[in-house]
Amino acid sequence: MLSLDDVRRIAELARIEVPEEGVAALQHDLNGIFDLIEQMRAVDTTGVEPMAHAIDLTQRLREDRVTETDQHELFQSAAPRVEDGLYLVPKVIE
Amino acid sequence: MFDHTVSELAALLRDRKASSVELAAVFLERIERLGGGLNAFITVDAEKALASARAADARLARGEATPLTGIPIAHKDLFCAKGWRTTCGSRMLADWISPYDAHVVEQFDRAGAVLVGKTNMDEFAMGSSNESSFFGPARNPWDPSRVPGGSSGGSAAAVAARLVPAATGTDTGGSIRQPASLTGTSGIRPTYGAVSRYGMVAFASSLDQGGAFGKSAEDLALMLNVMAGFDERDSTSVERPKEDYARDLARPLAGLRVGLPKQYFTADLAPDVAACVMAGAEELERQGATLVEVSLPNQALAVPVYYVIAPAEASSNLSRFDGARYGHRAAAYADLGDMYRKSRAEGFGAEVRRRILVGTYVLSHGYYDAYYLQAQKVRRLIARDFAEAFASCDVIAGPAAPTVAFPIGEKTSDPVQMYLEDLYTISVNLAGLPGLSVPCGFGQGGLPVGLQLIGNYFDEARMLNVAHRYQQATDWHRRSPPGYGS
Repeated sequence: MLSLDDVRRIAELARIEVPEEGVAALQHDLNGIFDLIEQMRAVDTTGVEPMAHAIDLTQRLREDRVTETDQHELFQSAAPRVEDGLYLVPKVIE
Repeated sequence: MFDHTVSELAALLRDRKASSVELAAVFLERIERLGGGLNAFITVDAEKALASARAADARLARGEATPLTGIPIAHKDLFCAKGWRTTCGSRMLADWISPYDAHVVEQFDRAGAVLVGKTNMDEFAMGSSNESSFFGPARNPWDPSRVPGGSSGGSAAAVAARLVPAATGTDTGGSIRQPASLTGTSGIRPTYGAVSRYGMVAFASSLDQGGAFGKSAEDLALMLNVMAGFDERDSTSVERPKEDYARDLARPLAGLRVGLPKQYFTADLAPDVAACVMAGAEELERQGATLVEVSLPNQALAVPVYYVIAPAEASSNLSRFDGARYGHRAAAYADLGDMYRKSRAEGFGAEVRRRILVGTYVLSHGYYDAYYLQAQKVRRLIARDFAEAFASCDVIAGPAAPTVAFPIGEKTSDPVQMYLEDLYTISVNLAGLPGLSVPCGFGQGGLPVGLQLIGNYFDEARMLNVAHRYQQATDWHRRSPPGYGS
């Protein structure tokens, strides 16, 4: 069961603001989900290989050649704030 | 004309009995007149649609048409389409115009299909009712007070209401098959890796797969012929030769072994749905197929496993939405951390936030082995169950959803109740198998019920064959919702 502090901690890790008055309701919802998840934790999986993907994959390699052109103006046209080809965010280092 | 299947419309175009511009006009008029009440579309662009219809007519005149040339279609609003708003049903991307095309979008363009609009969906494809959309719920044309299912609810509603002849969708845990079942449409989720995920906004990358909705299995085959195929831009795209998914449609069913998983026919399944599904299986038997009981012993673990793996992958994928490069940014913030936290809190809806938090927790230090690694091991057991079942059958048949369409608002207060809606579809995604749903009757309240067929890896042509033969003997797929038919 997640405590109120657990909820605050994972919200911080996920970089999602949760107003203090919303923490208890979120705890209730998340614990409902973890109750459901609990069923699979009891299964004996000794010796079972984890399945990371739906199918067996091998990493493909491609030829080392230029496949992308510089389209930064197009891509940055969707950014909230841009100046001189740079994304603007609040100052990080004083 | 709006009641025609894609293959019937293609014949009209080929025989010059209709033009693509006429078809586009017919469907655009229906969207205008009937679409608003269903909220099936997030964006419709008549001007763009008519321009590509004119191009399709020119191509038809040159004799260079493909079976999809000139056919109006819609894309689920998580397929990036250059110059189109691509919202993913989220406030986060409410104003985002895609600078590029998804592989799937490109393939339909190349085939000459006419894109009329982008359909409504659960936010970031997280939901089974279309109610988590920032743009409001899409409605079920069979009863507008009920959900069309989700997450591809808008595509399902649009095809059911004859607002487009066919549409794309994606299926991460049942998001094509469950809405197909609830709206009386046909829908297929191909084998993982058959359709490129390039340009499909990511939810859970090891489970996401693009697919299609149509009015018949034959139309689904035509759609897959366009969508499927190797794409080097998706690292999990499977390199295999192009195939014709329609090649086996007419094959007789004699000798086919249809597996019925005993874990699917329990008290969890509504009796009206069970009756329709069993009648569907019996129709296959009448055509020479043999029904065999199979067992999927870990079936009950599929939903719990999914709610570890899918949120884990989602929390990682959705970390890209930081308010810096694209998407929503909060109006006021104190510093960079505050900008992230506020932008993400405002941009994501409640269900998406919940899943990001679940995913963050199961991946966090000290919990990884107990949750994520354990879920991956149980996922292996679920996939093995299918492998064993397919030793004694060729396709598996069962329900696609436990009930008929439920009222809007019924399950929104309890996330777990909503998750259980995908009881019969989720294990297919975990195993990476193909699945489809075709209409097989009507349950309580005269609402449609779907028959799910699950195939072995890359066995789509065989599944479509079974579905097509079924549709040759039944007319459930030709029924239209009252007020939306001819």
